[in-house]
Amino acid sequence: MRHIISLLMENEAGALSRVAGLFSSRGYNIESLTVAATEDPTLSRMTLVTAGSDDVIEQITKQLNKLIEVVKVVDLSEGNHIERELMLMKVRAIGKDREEIKRLADIFRGRIIDVTDKSYTIELTGTGSKLDAFIEAMEHSAILETVRTGASGIGRGERILKV
Amino acid sequence: MTMELTGAEITVRCLQKEGVDYIFGYPGGAVLFLYDELFKQDKVRHVLVRHEQAALHAADGYARSSNKVGVALVTSGPGVTNAVTGIATAYMDSIPLVVISGQVPTHAIGLDAFQEVDTVGITRPCVKHNFLVKNVAELANTIKKAFYIASTGRPGPVLVDIPKDVSQQKAPFAYPESVTMRSYNPISKGHAGQIKKAVQLILEAKRPMIYTGGGVILSDAAAQLTELVRTLGFPCTNTLMGLGGYPATDRQFVGMLGMHGTYEANMAMQHCDVLVAVGARFDDRVIGNPKHFYNEDRKIIHIDIDPSSISKRVKVDVPIVGSVSDVLGELLKQLKARKEKPDQAVLDAWWTQIDLWRARDCLKYDRTSSIIKPQGVIEKLYEVTEGNAFVTSDVGQHQMWAAQFYKFDAPRRWINSGGLGTMGFGLPAAMGVQFANRENTVACVTGEASIQMCIQELSTCKQYHLPIKIINLNNRYMGMVRQWQEFFHGNRYAESYMDALPDFVKLAESYGHVGMRIEQPGDVEGALREAFKLKDRLVFMDFITDQTENVFPMVPGGKGLSEMILV
Repeated sequence: MRHIISLLMENEAGALSRVAGLFSSRGYNIESLTVAATEDPTLSRMTLVTAGSDDVIEQITKQLNKLIEVVKVVDLSEGNHIERELMLMKVRAIGKDREEIKRLADIFRGRIIDVTDKSYTIELTGTGSKLDAFIEAMEHSAILETVRTGASGIGRGERILKV
Repeated sequence: MTMELTGAEITVRCLQKEGVDYIFGYPGGAVLFLYDELFKQDKVRHVLVRHEQAALHAADGYARSSNKVGVALVTSGPGVTNAVTGIATAYMDSIPLVVISGQVPTHAIGLDAFQEVDTVGITRPCVKHNFLVKNVAELANTIKKAFYIASTGRPGPVLVDIPKDVSQQKAPFAYPESVTMRSYNPISKGHAGQIKKAVQLILEAKRPMIYTGGGVILSDAAAQLTELVRTLGFPCTNTLMGLGGYPATDRQFVGMLGMHGTYEANMAMQHCDVLVAVGARFDDRVIGNPKHFYNEDRKIIHIDIDPSSISKRVKVDVPIVGSVSDVLGELLKQLKARKEKPDQAVLDAWWTQIDLWRARDCLKYDRTSSIIKPQGVIEKLYEVTEGNAFVTSDVGQHQMWAAQFYKFDAPRRWINSGGLGTMGFGLPAAMGVQFANRENTVACVTGEASIQMCIQELSTCKQYHLPIKIINLNNRYMGMVRQWQEFFHGNRYAESYMDALPDFVKLAESYGHVGMRIEQPGDVEGALREAFKLKDRLVFMDFITDQTENVFPMVPGGKGLSEMILV
């Protein structure tokens, strides 16, 4: 089953490689991983998307907690949460396609953030499945490039992950 | 006003403050400033090994036998890569070490400088934690953290990588009294409610079994364990790492369990109804295939300081996270308060069954053989040393025979590489043990294959006058490899024969030690007595043993514990 795990860790050189190394050395699945400093610059917040049986997920959270630089770990998928992913997509946009692509981007609440006479670059935010749907809907031969950040997640309502 | 000291001075001061008396190492370019500072003082004594792997094993043996943090010092590049086997050995067995490594100067890092490796990257998967110190102002605090992390919670090796320029630069020195880390707060006390549940299960048990591992040794909880086992009247087994946690000569001890465990221990594991696992991790060599790990329904209580050890290979019913000594202390307290006792009649029936298994005499061997039997050598070693020696071992058949036939009544006496299974561990580990226990007898049980992996340390032993007694069980084979080839590979002994062996007597003599070659069973005891009388000499005893002897019982890979091959 898919799980989205959030963690706070010391914002130190090498902390990310400890997490990545843990996943590769123990053979855990890793779908996506995003990380950046928080409002407190000494802390980084990471969102990890992984998949596995309950036993595997239990081991993953325990092993993450065991890393010395990890301050807190929470499995967001255990409760209500919101997740968002950002995608940038560059598409070939010539002639009558330009209108069609603009309309499609609007439907998905995407924004065109760069334009040339041959291309559009579209910014789109949403859940992973919404981004998948947009890729599906777009004429494949028109897609020049896609960049996805992987999911970031946060608990709903009063659920807070803080030191 | 605080003094300004160089990084090298700070490092040595920190070691002094931590009460480090011995540091095992090997110099090189990146650690020259550190060696210079070591040279100028005499509190921290440096032991020069002949290969960095041995520095780690020696620090490891020192730590295992003394319950202090072992410390090693190596240079950058090959110094570190040579040390990796030793670091991984300590990591797998949760041994507290602080490893200080030199690194190329900060401005050269990443430029493929001479003797540069990514030490933090290479060691990351086999340390509890590691640090690269880029700022001399953080050095003292980092070393403090290293000792704290290494010795608390589930212990393990911690590496501090110090670039050469950092060891030269100056900073004000103040050694922190204590350290707090928001991201590292190991739990010590067990959950009282969970312990209460455990007590209930224990009191209701009809066929109980207590299975204990290295956690009992690391937590210095042998006394509490012994009290608990005796109070309850339950059978107790130890893992390879846990030997000495409960007195092996006691009737309630059913021997070691596992791949080469006793018939009675393995059968009791499979047929118990309540299993109390204490500081043990259900390792594959200990419980075999988890799918075949029970013959009857049962409940498992698991006490361990590392939450990730719980329900990793085997699901447990009552997990208790905490240090073994704290949890056993609380368990004993609650048991005494309850005033109830396990049903003696039911327990007697269980013991009757266990004694039937015991009567199988699974460790029997041919005592009338005209060739020296390795088991017999260990039995004589036990007699001659009166069970009081510190015994280190290498890895293979000799290790298993030492574990089966030397009866350890006290913790920290049995020193071996259980998790990683590192051949070459025995001799350098014995050096560390001897440094930590100068007045005690130290024996290294080894084989002609293992001993050659760190044979160069005979030189270190000479330099420091270490009177280690080496028991070389020489069967001219990598015995355990040969045994598997005999059982599972149609007697095809691929590359497991040790050809072109040295004359170990002459070899020992060339290093300035005493060598003995023993070929007749009748000479074994006399030779051992003679050797152990030489209190101030290292004696290398080369026992020419039976080439065909195998370790029994044996649980083949992938099988359950009750599926033993018996002699």
